[in-house]
Amino acid sequence: MYLEDKLKMRIRGVPSSPLLYSVALALLLGILAGNACAPAGPAPEAAPETGAVQTIQNKGSDTIVNLALAWAEAYTARHPEVRIAVTGGGSGTGIAALINGTVDIANASRAMKPEEMERARANGVEPVEHVIAADAIAVVVHPSNPVDGLTIDQLSDIFTGKITNWREVGGEDRPIVLLSRESNSGTYIYFLEVVVRKGEKENQALFSPDTLLMPSSEGISNEIRQNPNAIGYDGLGYVTDDQKTLAVAVRAGEPYVLPTVATVKDGSYPIARPLYMYTNGQPTGVIKDYLDWILSDEGQAIVRELGFVPLR
Amino acid sequence: MIFKQSSSRFSWNEFLIETLIRASGFSAIFFVALIFIFLVREGAPAFWEVSLHNLFGTRWYPIFDIYGTLPLILGSVVVTVGAVAIALPLGLATAIYIGEIAPRWVREILKPLIEVLAGIPSVVLGFLGMIAVAPLVRRYLGMPTGLTAFTGAVMLAYMALPTIISVAEDAIDAVPKAYRDGAYALGATHWQTIWRVVLPAARSGIIIAVMLGIGRAIGETMAVMMVTGNAARMPLEWNAFFRPVRTMTATIAAEMGEVAQGSTHYHVLFAVGLILFAITFIINAVASIVIIRGGPRRGGRLMG
Repeated sequence: MYLEDKLKMRIRGVPSSPLLYSVALALLLGILAGNACAPAGPAPEAAPETGAVQTIQNKGSDTIVNLALAWAEAYTARHPEVRIAVTGGGSGTGIAALINGTVDIANASRAMKPEEMERARANGVEPVEHVIAADAIAVVVHPSNPVDGLTIDQLSDIFTGKITNWREVGGEDRPIVLLSRESNSGTYIYFLEVVVRKGEKENQALFSPDTLLMPSSEGISNEIRQNPNAIGYDGLGYVTDDQKTLAVAVRAGEPYVLPTVATVKDGSYPIARPLYMYTNGQPTGVIKDYLDWILSDEGQAIVRELGFVPLR
Repeated sequence: MIFKQSSSRFSWNEFLIETLIRASGFSAIFFVALIFIFLVREGAPAFWEVSLHNLFGTRWYPIFDIYGTLPLILGSVVVTVGAVAIALPLGLATAIYIGEIAPRWVREILKPLIEVLAGIPSVVLGFLGMIAVAPLVRRYLGMPTGLTAFTGAVMLAYMALPTIISVAEDAIDAVPKAYRDGAYALGATHWQTIWRVVLPAARSGIIIAVMLGIGRAIGETMAVMMVTGNAARMPLEWNAFFRPVRTMTATIAAEMGEVAQGSTHYHVLFAVGLILFAITFIINAVASIVIIRGGPRRGGRLMG
């Protein structure tokens, strides 16, 4: 930065000469490019040395990991005396770590199972559940598609390949093109369990082999936008305005509900789930402050930014 | 006198340079061997962790321990064969035009332009395919979706074209002028000369061009992942070329990032890499045999 300023000063000093200017400009650009390539400038390491730095260990669900990282970043920017280490690995991994006492907060996209509770208590750990946000999955189609709503049964038949034409669910005579996220995505598993398998434990249904697996949300929205045959699903926050969101009914005869913050919160939209954090006992000190901040307006604003459903 | 003196003496400089050159020559073999050993070490466990019946089945649902790699292998084959079928006539025609027909100034423009084509990053071509080509395929071929093996083959053909053109053009260029003069002296037309003298004489170089093109196509990942739809289905119907497929490369790229190291899924992905390696090895071996069988380059049997 200093160098640039000096250069500018020098340029100001010299009498106007186009050649000189262009040489100086080239130099400046070179320096700017050099700066841009260099690793980001000095990190804001200005932590005031007031007492020991406290570290919160936070681990678990991959669905939540980006949200947890964003929270940790925003919170530690405000509280430099706190360090938050966030890792993924899955809900089960996080809960196991809480039971073993190696983390302070476990992230989970499902509630803890009774047997996990038992194991925790046997280990002297008393898990306390905190609902921190909600996750809803929207079913999307091309805006020109006349179909407005589908039941879970119809969605299951569509995604297992039993229904292959929009005509069979009240649409135009068009083949159905199935779009899904890649199988490593948490959304894939959740949609499979709740929609394709209709939430039935013994149901072994799978996505049709004709399902297109898109490597990104952008891949899904791009195909939905231009293909009137397509149907796909994604986290509510990833759905853009140029896609049509379908209303979903639990079964025929029941009301069709569109996913919104309100319908997710009152539980009427069927493809939604709460997201959890678990602590050992009622949180105290820094951990309590962090969880309170997460549930504050500021923390919940980040929830909306990352495409999840905030609690308020 | 000075020259003689220096050449008769043992020169450390020359020894050093020769050793370095030899080392870099052998390093290629060394690295290929290392890659192969690594692939086998990570991929071989798949063959006893998963039954062969499962591993070569027709369904690929890795998170439910269903590891049928057949749809992936056939997906790669369909896309690659399609890409070569599109790129070979185009590439060969371009090479013939540049080497035999085009006036000097056209050639001077075309050659660098083709090299620019080779420099386009595959993710850019993939994006182009997703946004521009796929909708056209859906609209004008009447398919349910534009994300098909055909779309992938078109993008791959574009990627393989520069390789095929430059290598084939070099081969055509290397045919001695005397051959052409001989053909003209026998009363052959320009086209007859190209088709019956120059091309057969350049055959081995053209085969190398095709093989390099295939190598480029079968190993390409990013563009293919973006435009082929990645549905792990068996491409067996008559119109399978115009339906989505999932290739081996796209599968590895999409799934390797999230897989737990050391798990069965991880080993199977490396086994898929091993299969890919084996296929390219076989292609190269066949190419070498064809070239050796074809006799020395630009040799003997021309009109046959």
